[in-house]
Amino acid sequence: MNTNKKPLTERQPQNPGSGGPVEPGAANGRSQATQTQSQRRPGAMIGRGRAQALMPGEKSRDFKGTMKQLFAYLGPYRWGLLAVMVLATVATILAIVGPKILGTATTTLFEGVVQKMTRSGDIDFTKIGNILLTVLALYVSSAILQYIQGWIVSGIAVKITYTLRKDIISKINRMPFRAFDTTNHGEILSRMTNDVDTVNQTLSQSLSHMITSVMTLIGAFVMMLTISWQMTIVAILMIPLSIGLVRFIVKRSQKYFKTQQEYLGHLNGHIEEVFGAHIVVKAFGGEKKAVATFDELNSTLYQSAWKSQFLSSIMMPLMNFVGNLGYVAVAVSGGWLAAKQMVTVGDIQAFLQYVRSFTQPVTQVANISNVLQQTAAAAERIFDFLASEEEPQDEQMSVGVKTLEGRRIEGKVEFRHVHFGYVPGQPILKDFSATILPGQKVAIVGPTGAGKTTLVKLLMRFYEPESGEILIDGMPIRELPRSVVRSWFGMVLQDTWLFSGTVRDNIAYGKQDAREEELMEAAKAAHVDHFVRAFPEGYDLVLNEETTNISQGQKQLLTIARAMLAKPPMLILDEATSNVDTHTELLIQKAMLALMQGRTSFVIAHRLSTIRDADLILVMNHGDIVEQGTHEELLAKCGFYAELYNSQFDEGGEEQEKLCS
Amino acid sequence: MRTVFRFLKPYWLSVVLVIALLFVQANADLALPDYLSRIVNIGIQQNGIEADLPPVLRASTLEAMEKLMQSEGTGDKFVALQRVYTLVTPGSAEARAIAKTWPLVQTEPVMSLNPADGEAMDAAREVFLAEYPKLVIVAQFSGSASQSPASAMPAAPSVQLDSAQSAVMSDFSALASMSPQAILAQIDALDPIAKSQLVVRGLQAEFEALGVDIGALQISYIVRIGALMLLVTLVSVASAILVGYLGSRLAAGTARDMRSAVFTKVEDFSLAEFDSFSTASLITRSTNDVTQIQMMIMMGTRMLFYAPIIGVGGVIRALGKASGMWWIIALAVGVLLVIIGLVFAIVVPKFRTVQKLVDRLNLVVRENLSGMMVIRAFNQQDAEATRFDKTNRDLTGTLLYVTRVMVVLMPLMTIIMNVVSVSIIWVGSHEVAAGSIRVGDMMAFMQYSMQIFFAFIMMSFMFIMVPRASVSIDRITQVIDTKVSIRDPENPSQLPKPVRGEIEFRHVRFRYPGAQEDVLHDISFIARPGTTTAIIGTTGSGKSTMVSLIPRFYDVTEGQVLLDGVDIKTLLLAELRSYIGFVPQKSMLFTGSIAENIRYGKEGASDDEIVEALSISQIMSLVEESPEGLERQISQGGMNVSGGQRQRLSIARALVRRAPVYIFDDSFSALDYKTDREIRSALKTYARDSVVFLVTQRVAPIRHAEQIIVLDDGSVMGIGTHEQLMRTCEVYRDIALSQLKEEELA
Repeated sequence: MNTNKKPLTERQPQNPGSGGPVEPGAANGRSQATQTQSQRRPGAMIGRGRAQALMPGEKSRDFKGTMKQLFAYLGPYRWGLLAVMVLATVATILAIVGPKILGTATTTLFEGVVQKMTRSGDIDFTKIGNILLTVLALYVSSAILQYIQGWIVSGIAVKITYTLRKDIISKINRMPFRAFDTTNHGEILSRMTNDVDTVNQTLSQSLSHMITSVMTLIGAFVMMLTISWQMTIVAILMIPLSIGLVRFIVKRSQKYFKTQQEYLGHLNGHIEEVFGAHIVVKAFGGEKKAVATFDELNSTLYQSAWKSQFLSSIMMPLMNFVGNLGYVAVAVSGGWLAAKQMVTVGDIQAFLQYVRSFTQPVTQVANISNVLQQTAAAAERIFDFLASEEEPQDEQMSVGVKTLEGRRIEGKVEFRHVHFGYVPGQPILKDFSATILPGQKVAIVGPTGAGKTTLVKLLMRFYEPESGEILIDGMPIRELPRSVVRSWFGMVLQDTWLFSGTVRDNIAYGKQDAREEELMEAAKAAHVDHFVRAFPEGYDLVLNEETTNISQGQKQLLTIARAMLAKPPMLILDEATSNVDTHTELLIQKAMLALMQGRTSFVIAHRLSTIRDADLILVMNHGDIVEQGTHEELLAKCGFYAELYNSQFDEGGEEQEKLCS
Repeated sequence: MRTVFRFLKPYWLSVVLVIALLFVQANADLALPDYLSRIVNIGIQQNGIEADLPPVLRASTLEAMEKLMQSEGTGDKFVALQRVYTLVTPGSAEARAIAKTWPLVQTEPVMSLNPADGEAMDAAREVFLAEYPKLVIVAQFSGSASQSPASAMPAAPSVQLDSAQSAVMSDFSALASMSPQAILAQIDALDPIAKSQLVVRGLQAEFEALGVDIGALQISYIVRIGALMLLVTLVSVASAILVGYLGSRLAAGTARDMRSAVFTKVEDFSLAEFDSFSTASLITRSTNDVTQIQMMIMMGTRMLFYAPIIGVGGVIRALGKASGMWWIIALAVGVLLVIIGLVFAIVVPKFRTVQKLVDRLNLVVRENLSGMMVIRAFNQQDAEATRFDKTNRDLTGTLLYVTRVMVVLMPLMTIIMNVVSVSIIWVGSHEVAAGSIRVGDMMAFMQYSMQIFFAFIMMSFMFIMVPRASVSIDRITQVIDTKVSIRDPENPSQLPKPVRGEIEFRHVRFRYPGAQEDVLHDISFIARPGTTTAIIGTTGSGKSTMVSLIPRFYDVTEGQVLLDGVDIKTLLLAELRSYIGFVPQKSMLFTGSIAENIRYGKEGASDDEIVEALSISQIMSLVEESPEGLERQISQGGMNVSGGQRQRLSIARALVRRAPVYIFDDSFSALDYKTDREIRSALKTYARDSVVFLVTQRVAPIRHAEQIIVLDDGSVMGIGTHEQLMRTCEVYRDIALSQLKEEELA
């Protein structure tokens, strides 16, 4: 149920030819349409199919280069592709030859009838039978060739799709975090689905259609030429007319398709906005206004929708008219040539057959550039993505993974004159230095949006400082393999990321080879065991896609268990808990305390006790560390921390304010 | 489906027109093959000479015919010919008129065809087509008879004949040995096609004798039939274009109406109905689902009607040509339907698998993107790649299977079609041998069977398409048919003016529609004007639910909510809500300027009022720092301002109402503590006389509230001031303990 039904109807007005029983042209066109829609998969992967040709033309920047890259992907399959071309050619030739041979059957029949009339003979059923069997064999082998071709093409297309997807996902994991600051997830998903799908479409369908069309055109053209170059010229005159017509309509309809897309976007935007804010609309009685805006957009959409639909619907009838025009023109010129005795009647008949099989492929070929352009645009987006910058991989590090293996990490962390900014030239961390001794606790505090996770990101080497360095146990982490540095840290964030797998797999995420006892121990220490056992599936409970089958607090506990199992020498914790009931909150607090025991810990702190007990408090605002010190030192400073502390934990902070002023 | 018809109703005229036009188009399309074959068979093969009454004949030819007929004893039938032909003598005015085309008239008398009424023409045609072939044969064999037109017959035709034609001629050599009577009887028994071949042969010679330029005749014939053919094509194209025009307007129009119906309905929804669908699903329903239906209607107008018309038309024409072979078509269509059915039976369940795998694939990618930090923190990139690869492989495998099954369809259909052609020729030739049909009929039958075949292919795809669209239709119908639970009362009560804003909950119980358990249990309290009522509790304790009962977003399940002593169920919704300034948990802004967003709270609010509301909400800075001021634009969802700014704008939008009742549903969460405090202190004066509800999770901001309601799991655990609750309510104390400095707790 999608746009691709169009071709079938568009191709509708069919004028079966006069001669052979099955016209190659018509047969091709029809079955192509059938294939186009039958290969369609429902849902998210729905491509744009044939109708895509009418969509606003996206242009690729570098058509040639992109195509070259695409061909590189096709490289391993060149023999398959060659086979496809050969098969398509043979199948097309058979399809062109078939009707001709079938024609001799009717001739034989006719002769037989006449002979029977004149008692000079009878219908030669043996001969007819033989011809029919030959034709049948031809058709069956053509069909078999067609199928083999389809088999190969689908195999190639699917494998390339597979490779592209694989490349994209492994690319994602090699890209620096910075790259995702500017790319949103929707775009990457769209690369993965829509763009890959477009390429797949072109490869699996358009490619073989193109080959068949081009072969039919060439075949018909050659056959025509052997008959009469004069008539061929007449027939060829049709092509620019067709292409002109296709271009004309495509251009027009694209304009409306564009408007349609645009207004569909506006309309969707409006719907999203209004539905998303339903409660506000209700509260402020904005229903009428919303409907009025909607109606306005809706009727604009209607205007462009019907116009674009209409324009694309007239393509086929018009092409048909051109086809018939060409037919008549060839017939007239043929008659004239016949009168001049330059061609025979039989030749004209044959010629007209080829003219009939011309229209369909011409339409297709006229559209090829459109399809290719779109494919190129999609492929280019994929290749651009694949070509984007990667972070240096572990293998390129000066210190190898091997040399650090088995080394015990004390947990001493030093920041030396660290400068950092998300946007180059806009530093937010300016010359930050601090030394954290093994086992110490660092509390990071600051209002929402102060950039408290920035330090975490630097420590874990998700981002690199612009200048200065971070050392762990005296080793500059810049020179260490990322995977090793990351393995030293346990991380429990407010954003409780779990994947849709079993509870067990989620806990073991940090240590895939963990023994059952280790796992249980971690689960118990994190207070996970008790609620997990309450599930009928226990540790084999599969978390669903939105992880809605366990509560927010339980998720948090799971992430703690995950970190616990990994037994890292250092910790990064975010205390913030939202949507957690009082009891679970308490459990989380206990579990976190247990986790911090004896580990160098960086805590994004929200709890008074944590802050007070911290060995070092880093106060952040607007991305920068504005103050550092212990609780007492900072309160005495009467600075940002003092103000923050008082407003957060005490309504009546007046006394403190007095103290400071 | 009924829903679709309901929406199609306003367009019934278009629908009727579309069907009528499709009928025209189908007929034109069915007629086209005839023109195509006439161009080839008559225009090219017969030099444009039809086996019909010629416009001009030599007078001598007609005389010869008369004589021949007299010799046969059928002379009385000759009258039919005399009736339609008149003599034109050389030199007459008529002769000069036709001399250009028929030069012989200048020297010899000719007979010219007078267009007469149909009956006379038919009678004349019948006689001519029966008798003229005999004349042609007789002339050929009687050799040198001076009055015979055969003398004018060329030895060799100027145009080469195809094998079938020459067969006709050469095989008559066998006749030479027969007696003239036997020959004539033999000719009578001839196949009409053979007879017309003879007529054409004779006429060609006749025309040449008349001095006609056969080449020009041929061209003019082809041009004439070609023009007719183009005319028919034009009719077909014109109807197709008109159908396209009407169809696209119809489809787009219906879609527009449906979309509008769904949207308007959703705008009517209370939160109860709104919750029963997810927001995302409602959006999909009013966009994608409607588009699906639009596509179906667009296709439907063209395929659903066209296919049966062309199918039935084809069947009628086919049976008219050769009724004996209907079973071939029936068999072919049967096999076709079985194959399509089979393929889809195999593939459709797989489609679902594919869909699931695609979702799964997207899920893994999404997880990889959202969990990037965790994945890298745990160095699980390779594991993730493996996980993805498994899904990718599964998808690839299933996809390949599905595609390869689907690919079978096309060659199979080609085979069926060709088997049909072949069997029609085989069976047909036996029928021809038995004399029950003619060769031409067989060829025509083949043409029509192809058209029928395609009609069925089209219809079977409609059958696949319609059920898929019907899913969309159902989803839309669900929305449209949903009963709105919260409506205006029939006889609304009047509130005593001025409205003070006192809110009372009387034994309120609430349970979400379709839920098993109550969310709120027996809640009673009164909130008086000029006081603040704070509601505190953990997430999920029912705080938001409780305040959303006040603007009747939901209706209480039991008990009453009263405004100034009047049950809010008896008030007009618009009136009730106009007394409430509501700030939702999630701040949602609309695309447009800041002023427009604030005016959403009070239509026609003056700039001064807006500025005041913005100042109280501590958000004037946003206006002041921008050159556009109040006209500063907010993008969709307010994404170009920060969360805190969004929240403050959302507060300002409620404040501008100067409502007797304000509800802040956890509306300060994104604000830093300083701003939070400033807003609240500004509010104290601004909303001096109003009833203020403050939903929160934090104790500090509400310590001075006149009334604090502690909710836990939908029940009131305590009502009172901070001091009272610290003493009496354990839940409250627990919450407070975790948040406040010990010294403040005393």
